[in-house]
Amino acid sequence: MKETPFHPRTSELLDSYDWNEWSGWLAANSYELDHSHEYLAIRTSCGVFDTSPLYKYIIHGPDALKLMNRVVTQDVSKYGVGKSMYTPWCDDNGKIIDDGIVARVDEQFFRMTAAEPTLFWLEDNATNLNVTIEDITEAYGIMAMQGPYSRDILNRLTKTDAQGLNYFGLMDIKIAGIPITLSRTGYTGDLGYELWVKADKAVALWDAVFEAGEDYRIRPFGDYALDIARIEAGLLLIDADFHSSKKVMYEHEKTTPLELGLGWTVKLKKDYFVGQKALIEDKKNGLKWKTIGLEIDLKSLEAIYAKYNMPLYLPYQSWTEAVPVYSHGKQIGKATSGTWSPMLKKYIAIARIKPKYASIGNQVEMEVTINAERHNARAKVVKTPFFNPSRKTN
Amino acid sequence: MEINGDKLVDQKIKAKKDVVIIGGGVNGLVAAAYLAKAGRKVILLEKKGRLGGIAVTEEFFPGYKFSSLADGAGYLSPTVASDLKLSQHGLEIVPVDPIVYSLQPDGRNLMISGDVSATSKEISKFSEADAKAYPRFLDLLGKLSTLAESMLYLTPPDLPEFGFKDGIDLLPLLKPVWKVGRKDIMQVVRILPMPVSDILNEWFESDEVKGAISASALINNSFGPQEAGSGYNFLYNWAGSNNGHFRSSGNVLGGMGALSNALANAAKSLGVEIKLNTFVEKIVFDNYVASGVETNNGDHYSAKTIVSSANMNTTFINLLDPYYLDQMFIKHLKNIKYRGTTARIHFVLRELPSFRGVNGNAHKLLSGHIQISPTMTYLQKAYDPIKYGRYSANPYLDIFIPTISDPSMSSDESHLMSVTVKFMPYHLREGDWKSLRDDLAKLVINKIGEYAPGFEKLIKHQKVITPLDLEQDYDLPEGNYVHGEMSLAQFMWMRPIPGHAQYRSPVKNLYLCGAATHPGGGITGINGKNAAREILKD
Repeated sequence: MKETPFHPRTSELLDSYDWNEWSGWLAANSYELDHSHEYLAIRTSCGVFDTSPLYKYIIHGPDALKLMNRVVTQDVSKYGVGKSMYTPWCDDNGKIIDDGIVARVDEQFFRMTAAEPTLFWLEDNATNLNVTIEDITEAYGIMAMQGPYSRDILNRLTKTDAQGLNYFGLMDIKIAGIPITLSRTGYTGDLGYELWVKADKAVALWDAVFEAGEDYRIRPFGDYALDIARIEAGLLLIDADFHSSKKVMYEHEKTTPLELGLGWTVKLKKDYFVGQKALIEDKKNGLKWKTIGLEIDLKSLEAIYAKYNMPLYLPYQSWTEAVPVYSHGKQIGKATSGTWSPMLKKYIAIARIKPKYASIGNQVEMEVTINAERHNARAKVVKTPFFNPSRKTN
Repeated sequence: MEINGDKLVDQKIKAKKDVVIIGGGVNGLVAAAYLAKAGRKVILLEKKGRLGGIAVTEEFFPGYKFSSLADGAGYLSPTVASDLKLSQHGLEIVPVDPIVYSLQPDGRNLMISGDVSATSKEISKFSEADAKAYPRFLDLLGKLSTLAESMLYLTPPDLPEFGFKDGIDLLPLLKPVWKVGRKDIMQVVRILPMPVSDILNEWFESDEVKGAISASALINNSFGPQEAGSGYNFLYNWAGSNNGHFRSSGNVLGGMGALSNALANAAKSLGVEIKLNTFVEKIVFDNYVASGVETNNGDHYSAKTIVSSANMNTTFINLLDPYYLDQMFIKHLKNIKYRGTTARIHFVLRELPSFRGVNGNAHKLLSGHIQISPTMTYLQKAYDPIKYGRYSANPYLDIFIPTISDPSMSSDESHLMSVTVKFMPYHLREGDWKSLRDDLAKLVINKIGEYAPGFEKLIKHQKVITPLDLEQDYDLPEGNYVHGEMSLAQFMWMRPIPGHAQYRSPVKNLYLCGAATHPGGGITGINGKNAAREILKD
């Protein structure tokens, strides 16, 4: 297993010894035995997450914009230098392959992150294009600073004011003399930043950030806390809420960005992108699925547990194994990830259901299994993000 | 410019036709002729100053005309020839016999002719058993090849989307299948994926006999006799052969260019307009619908139907903008295996070479294909180096002396000799074909010299065509003659690429008719015929 550039620090702090494998890298599940402090750091102070295992690419050259626009569903030409965007990308049939962040570092220079290896996909799409594609995954570390005080901590570190950096903006700064590319992005739905650093300077950056954040009780967080935060934020996770069309065997396992509620990222009117034709057709014919939020009715759930003389059980750790969703006993879709939201004090889930049941406020049921016996708990369709603080974008 | 207030959008619109054909190779001409015959208004645009693609006669040295790339037109479809009345339009193919004259280092050469009992007698010099097996071999394989022949004229089914229409397309197979019988069909199924060596080993014991017979399976390909797919090519050549034997024979009077001229004449007589020196630079298309072509001087030809006889790379990467094509299509396009392994050398000779074992009667013995393929083992060893990116030091040579059956190719007493050289891989691990040109010539001259002492002294002129030249001068990707290797993974419904084997492209109104399509290469004209049939259906 590979060790990220921050490993000398993350491994020191990992009291739980609870590692998982992320794209071949060691990644922390939670630093303490319980993840709740880490979650609270994200929502009340500042948590630090090691995002280094993401696949990272740079794409540059005269046709770089053209390539990006062919590959992703967003209209990249609408984003100027110093802007980044969230975007999915699809196969020819409009089925989602992966999603990530594309950043326009310069007119003809882009940076891209992906959950899955994407080099060949980029190269295959670059036929006849004058463009250079490089995999820089191992050359850089990424540190995500997420939480309401992340900006204050950054301001302690850099004379260049991060205050002015807009949501999804991008700037080059120096922290403790280390060149950093700072972007106002993250996967928690909170105020937050991501810091790209050359691998050999990663530890020095970590030390500087933790020193500056000490007064704020800055702490590292792992996957468990992250997953709760991202569900609250209504952000989708690959291999949970959707699967890469390149990795699955069967058609029914594939889905489109439109069905995933990512229509806002799909610019059907732009010149061309892979999957455009199919998605235009899909939209015309009406979507088969819609992705929505569910709020599970706690009284209903409590009543089910009561049948077993059990107290109400809530998922303090998120789950990502799909469960059926019903309407009046008839299955209408599935919930793909869910969690107890400590901030909202609600049991929430992300679900993909038939469009006619997807209107806000609609009552449905979600399957709950107790002692291998199946029950349906009441739930209602709600808007996502479940949790959306104004500080995220302000 | 405005006329009656209407803007004349494009002053350079040259023509509005039903059909624009890109490329005047054999299949382009055939498709043009068939479409014109069906009443379509057809214009054919050829970038060079001559027609024919690889079926071309060139005067490399003043007074000496050569079939630059291929010899004879023995695989030309008889149906195409008669449908288009090619003999009326000047095509003359003179039969040549022997079919194969296989040289042996000791001069014990093996002649395979149309006369089966004479051939058996020849074979008995090497093996009595093989001599007895030969007529039975011809009988069974000949029968199987008739089935293969009927497959050549099919539109391959659209797999895996096989539908009713595909079933109809396969109906013409019923009769030949019935005729061949269930038992022998199993033989076809068994033979197709076999290496030709395995097929021949079941019939013959003599390595020399097998060398003479198996060589033709290798001509258009990058594999040796022990490789899978060589059996399929063996049968394919048999199926298309004009003499009922495993290898075709015949010589086009005037060289291969005469075939192209006859096709052009036929096409013109049916109303096809042919424009030479017209370089199509792009196929105009929008939203997966093609509407015309543009030439490099800005002329625009609009048409309801665009047919490309060019290779797949030219059509989809150079003429179309691949930016707007499906990713999977591009992936398949890039997966096409070309891997040319052929070079050609032409000689002007003071007189006929004295091949060892040819004592008198040289005009007869040397009139057909002369092979330096002494054994099947030799052929396999000739192939082996290309696996490692090296060229063959002991190549298989396929020699043709056109001046024996057609003295008009030479303006004086000199004889001409054309040699197809295998295996000379386009992709070399070391060195490049620009600098290896002389080495190649020397190697071939020495090899022929081993069989014809004093050969080098006869040479007046020589012209070397390397695999790189084939790509650069004749538009053959990686020097592959047939726009994509004739391998098992690239035949029938997988040719040129899976899902697009029905002569239609992913761009509406754009069709394919070149050697990249089913049934493949060999200057058969069948691709053009089949493509025209599909175009007329739509």
